[in-house]
Amino acid sequence: MAATLPPPRLLPSGDSAVTVEFSRTIDEDANQRVLALDKALAASPIDGITETVPTYRSLLVHYDPGKIGFDALGDKLLALASRPLPPATKARRWRIPVAYGGEHGIDLEDVAKALSTTPDDIVARHVGGDYKVAMIGFTPGWSYLSGLDKSLHMSRRQNPRLLTPAGTISIGGIQAGIQCLAAPSGWHLLGRTPVRTYQLHRNPTFLTEPGDRVTFFAIDHKTFAEQDRAAEAGEIIAEQVHA
Amino acid sequence: MSRLVVASIGPASSVQDGGRHGAQRYGLTVSGAMDRLSLAAANALVGNEPFAAAVEIGPFGAAFTARDGAVRVAISGAPRNADIAGNPVAMGASVTLKDGETLTLGFARGGAFTYLAIEGAIKGEPVFGSLAVNARAGLGSPYPRPLQAGDEFNVDGASGAPDLRIELPKPASGPIRVVLGPQDDEFDDANKALFLSSEWKVSATSDRMGYRLDGPPIKHLYGHNIVSDGTVNGSIQVPGNGSPIALMMDRGTSGGYPKIATVITADVGRLAQTSAGTAFRFKQVSMTEAQDEARKFAQLIRSLSDRLRSSDAVALNIEALSDANVAGQAVNAVDAWTWQVAAEP
Repeated sequence: MAATLPPPRLLPSGDSAVTVEFSRTIDEDANQRVLALDKALAASPIDGITETVPTYRSLLVHYDPGKIGFDALGDKLLALASRPLPPATKARRWRIPVAYGGEHGIDLEDVAKALSTTPDDIVARHVGGDYKVAMIGFTPGWSYLSGLDKSLHMSRRQNPRLLTPAGTISIGGIQAGIQCLAAPSGWHLLGRTPVRTYQLHRNPTFLTEPGDRVTFFAIDHKTFAEQDRAAEAGEIIAEQVHA
Repeated sequence: MSRLVVASIGPASSVQDGGRHGAQRYGLTVSGAMDRLSLAAANALVGNEPFAAAVEIGPFGAAFTARDGAVRVAISGAPRNADIAGNPVAMGASVTLKDGETLTLGFARGGAFTYLAIEGAIKGEPVFGSLAVNARAGLGSPYPRPLQAGDEFNVDGASGAPDLRIELPKPASGPIRVVLGPQDDEFDDANKALFLSSEWKVSATSDRMGYRLDGPPIKHLYGHNIVSDGTVNGSIQVPGNGSPIALMMDRGTSGGYPKIATVITADVGRLAQTSAGTAFRFKQVSMTEAQDEARKFAQLIRSLSDRLRSSDAVALNIEALSDANVAGQAVNAVDAWTWQVAAEP
């Protein structure tokens, strides 16, 4: 339970930011507390805070030292962070289509071999997962997902690729991810989604928020091509589930 | 409307401003000028807001031509030879280019980035309040990429205001100041001491994303992987090979290596201007001192316009020009840079 976590630590990140660390490891309770503190700050802003960056296990708080000092801000953050968690609200839930394997998921066969099973089985396990957007980072819209099936946990590639395609759906370590833009990556590429988690002139620009829930479903490569064109034109391809 | 045309320009030159704030939680890089004080000084000289968009010129040379009217510009930052048709132009000064005239800038000498501000500022379509180029994300305006010869900026035309030069207080020339953390407890005392006592050199494999630092390997206590958390400008992370990387304006918003220390706000621009191969040291300061310096730095930037109205500003004359072009012990910084840092999530 979240209540068993020790109090968070304040870690100075230079003179204009502070990390409120709830855990050193990936921990669902810690992530819940991170998102709760982030929400609390959004609901009752502290003068001087310029922006916040939630991660798996910590909240990075950027601030203006011309408006508030480290000690005063730290006290306020710790006070907020020690409040009991508010009752869980219903998270937004997205269904995201993925074209698995082939040119879109060039590591699918190797992952299957490494785990002594078939590509279809890997897809079934990946599709079977119920994921949470634990954090967004690295490049715009890159959503780090918790909830990867334990049987799919495997270390990252020995040699990271310098460039992997936009829309890549991959796994690395105990994490799953949705990558929006082309980027270097050491993760294993299972497939590609036509969904843009970030698209500049679309409203909303960013689709996913930390705390959202995500499930995947398989589409064929022809559907991918169609949906990719529609997404490029600004359509939102991901299905939001209203439970 | 006048135009300022990029006649020639080297790599690693782009439009930059105060950066893109408010969407780091979505992974959107801040970007913005590597040396904010020099950006603000160039802008002040032509009457712009401190963090208005300007051209950030990398270590190589560049030339700009006024078309369809006069254009008033100012240059500040890494010293270079600068001239209009052979007549020298001072660093830290504004100058008006008549229609058809070309301002030519040489290689940076002892620094990396020079800022060319344009009176009226560069215009474009801001994203999250910024025109700053982030080439990886395809962001920036009017060109979402490094500048090329032939690019041009539409400008209002020169106002006819007198050209001025500004003397900035000499930046602290001592060590680059840091506060420890956020993950200094991932290193034992001996390795923290090694980090703080060693001489470092900015590696040739550095760019706007990060400066790799050559020096003795720093060893971790518990291995080099942490669960990714947020980064700031000036975060100094230590990857597996023990060679620290100072994260700069195009850094990723999160990272998975322990961060031993963070460069103070007032010194990030100084580190950015430390050219490849130049030796420097770090010095630990307290949070109180770092925040005092951050406030003074912000005040200095706010005060630039006032300085121009005071006796600190020197109306341009021949004497001022020759003074301004004495570059001291500046070295040619260009050959050392290759501008390439790869990364992964």
